Amino acid sequence: MIRYMIGRVTSLCLSLVVASLVIFTVVEIVPGDPAAYMLGVNARPDTIAALRTELGLDLPTVQRYFAWISGLVQGDFGISYTYRTPVAQMVADRIAVSLPLALLALAITVAIAFPAGIYAASHRGRAGDLGVMGATQLGIAVPNFWFAMILVLIFAIKLRWVSAGGFPGWNAGVLKGLTALILPAIALALPQAAILTRVMRSSLLDMLNEDFIRTARAKGLSKRQALWRHAVRNALIPVLTIIGLQFSFLLAGGIVIEQVFFLPGMGRLIFQAISSRDLIVVESVVMLLVASVIGVNFAVDLAYAAVDPRLRTRS
Amino acid sequence: MNKLTTMMLAGSTAMLATGAFAQNTHINVAMQLEPPNLDPTGGAAQAIDSVVYSNIFEGLTRFMSDGSVVPGLAERWDISDDGLVYTFHLRSGVTFHDGTTMDAEDVKFSLDRARAEDSTNAQKGLFANITDVTVVDPLTVQVTLSVPTGSFLFNMAWGDAVIVGPESIGDAATHPVGTGAFVFQDWVQGDHINIARNANYWGTPAVLESVTFRFISDPTAAFAAMMAEDVDVFAGFPAPENVPQFEADPRFQVLIGNTEGETILAMNNGAEPFSNRLVRKAVAHAIDRQAIIDGAMYGMGTPIGTHFAPHNPDYIDLTGLSNYDPDLARQLLAEAGYPDGFDTVMTLPPPSYARRGGEIIAAQLREVGINAEIQNQEWAQWLEVTFRGHDYGLTIVSHTEPMDIGIYANPGYYFQYDNPEFQQVMDTLNQTTDPAARSALLKQAQTIIAEDYVNGYLFELTIPTIARAGIEGLWLNQPTAAIDMTAVSWP
Repeated sequence: MIRYMIGRVTSLCLSLVVASLVIFTVVEIVPGDPAAYMLGVNARPDTIAALRTELGLDLPTVQRYFAWISGLVQGDFGISYTYRTPVAQMVADRIAVSLPLALLALAITVAIAFPAGIYAASHRGRAGDLGVMGATQLGIAVPNFWFAMILVLIFAIKLRWVSAGGFPGWNAGVLKGLTALILPAIALALPQAAILTRVMRSSLLDMLNEDFIRTARAKGLSKRQALWRHAVRNALIPVLTIIGLQFSFLLAGGIVIEQVFFLPGMGRLIFQAISSRDLIVVESVVMLLVASVIGVNFAVDLAYAAVDPRLRTRS
Repeated sequence: MNKLTTMMLAGSTAMLATGAFAQNTHINVAMQLEPPNLDPTGGAAQAIDSVVYSNIFEGLTRFMSDGSVVPGLAERWDISDDGLVYTFHLRSGVTFHDGTTMDAEDVKFSLDRARAEDSTNAQKGLFANITDVTVVDPLTVQVTLSVPTGSFLFNMAWGDAVIVGPESIGDAATHPVGTGAFVFQDWVQGDHINIARNANYWGTPAVLESVTFRFISDPTAAFAAMMAEDVDVFAGFPAPENVPQFEADPRFQVLIGNTEGETILAMNNGAEPFSNRLVRKAVAHAIDRQAIIDGAMYGMGTPIGTHFAPHNPDYIDLTGLSNYDPDLARQLLAEAGYPDGFDTVMTLPPPSYARRGGEIIAAQLREVGINAEIQNQEWAQWLEVTFRGHDYGLTIVSHTEPMDIGIYANPGYYFQYDNPEFQQVMDTLNQTTDPAARSALLKQAQTIIAEDYVNGYLFELTIPTIARAGIEGLWLNQPTAAIDMTAVSWP
């Protein structure tokens, strides 16, 4: 177990260092100067130079890389060029939207996928299974932004139950905040739920064909008991992998949904920062996302160890 | 599902309640882009001015919706006979939102700061002719210019020339403190900005108690937000294709206003083949303006034949010089030595007028043998590659600064037009204060660039504002980027 952990932690650190180098290099290479962007078409060259000095953009590249990294290590994300506010504060504000949204979407995903997947697997080939499979086909095929627009048309424009978008802030009350997130979460969750349902079903079917299930049945367990005690638990490993990937996607990949519902989330922050060449924000936020994806994978690796005792003892 | 429905119902009841409460004293304004910060003296983003111009910050003079310049913080002024010394008499009893008094010292501070060597003012050129700012007494300030500058009062009306306080300007990016009819309240970045009525305003107080600015960049989301009545006013509605739907809906009013945006097909005059006037003339005749206005702008836009706003009294209609005539264009190309046309690159910045218009123009140019390869660029990339690097053949952009024909006198500007005759006219204009003489010079300038076919002149950009029916006092035209809420009210 300890060697397993050391291996995971080493690869985690290496991934972070490589990621920081790649991110910094890519952001440096892309054409476009933040100072020129901020000052627009009528700015004089000396004004742009003055702003570059003010922002510290005239320092050598290597020096800026190490200043950035040493800041990150100490928890200092720098000051945004365009917004002129600390990046850490901006990220905190955006995470307050993106994280609850991702968690809510993930909860909806799991709440749909687990029962649907288990039901389909245990009714394999029957009408219920075919119905679930058909629905998941549709769920995967429908783009989430389109589905989001349909939700807005029905619930915001026709029924007026919720507003068409925006986020009032958690200060306005937890209920209001959740209300603003419910449609985006559903729109984000449905395609993910469709994918997870299929993974759950096929993983479970694989297990049901395994020898140990036959043994369990032979031992006298009912079909239902064998399913719940042995098959479901073993089927969870591939499902956890997918959930890990889905959570990373939901956290960072909600950008299209954030646009449709004009939510002030992480995706929109990165999008705005890239187009305004707010390099320090792009670097820090992408780095944070990479770190969180790596962190989630690390957590999934640990979860494997928890559900699969073989991983704990092996090697 | 039941639980979900209950939750949604609970949420909507709460919203209805606040909606009813705020009906007559509050307005939700939406705009497409969020300002990066709120300091109009330190950035070029139009979204900054949209929020703060006149609402929070004021200058010595100010623009009205029709483009006229009227007294702002300066009640009146005297101009010396040689046109070099402007003596501004300030209004008395004006205070900044932080309680400090606005006086001649603040005017001196603001102007000196904008023209300082380390200034980061995006329109530093507005202050270039100022040689000295002197405080005569607390309510009188004297500005001395190096040369007579006919447009000086106009320049002082820009959002970049607002009067700021030395005590508060340091935090203006996130906490703007001005003298305007509204006080900045809070900014939830990415979502909204709140401003509230200034109880101590020196002039006519605002009718509304508070205004919320929201930022909705996606055209579909903008449509949904308007239709769901989440927002009351959408300034610069991003989906022109939906405008007829709002026009037909009695819940809404549509204001189609002029801007100062001359939308042009810019040509790189500094490089082959567009350094050849015949080629430029051929391009000008190959373009069907109306097809571009109809196809890219859904009919919204006034055709222009030169770089000047059609609603300006000095505008002359020169569209006849570059009427749509593909046969003439082919003939001109042959005359110029390109009987089989040529290949070039057309770079397109993100706005839809450029992206949509570019496709149509490329098709029209192909008809006369010019093969323009389209390259989409983001703004930052466009500024570096096209605008500063001059690495392009054709590009489409809307020049939204008011009265900017002077850019044709700068040979280093991105379209690299270098004509001493035109530069002379501009020099004379800058030193002329007599209105009749100025008008004649402006007309001469328009004609020179139209006859030289410097660029393809397409149309004057219009901006649709969608508002709930009955809301009054909104600006129709956009002489400068502004969503002036000081006179806006519900019926």
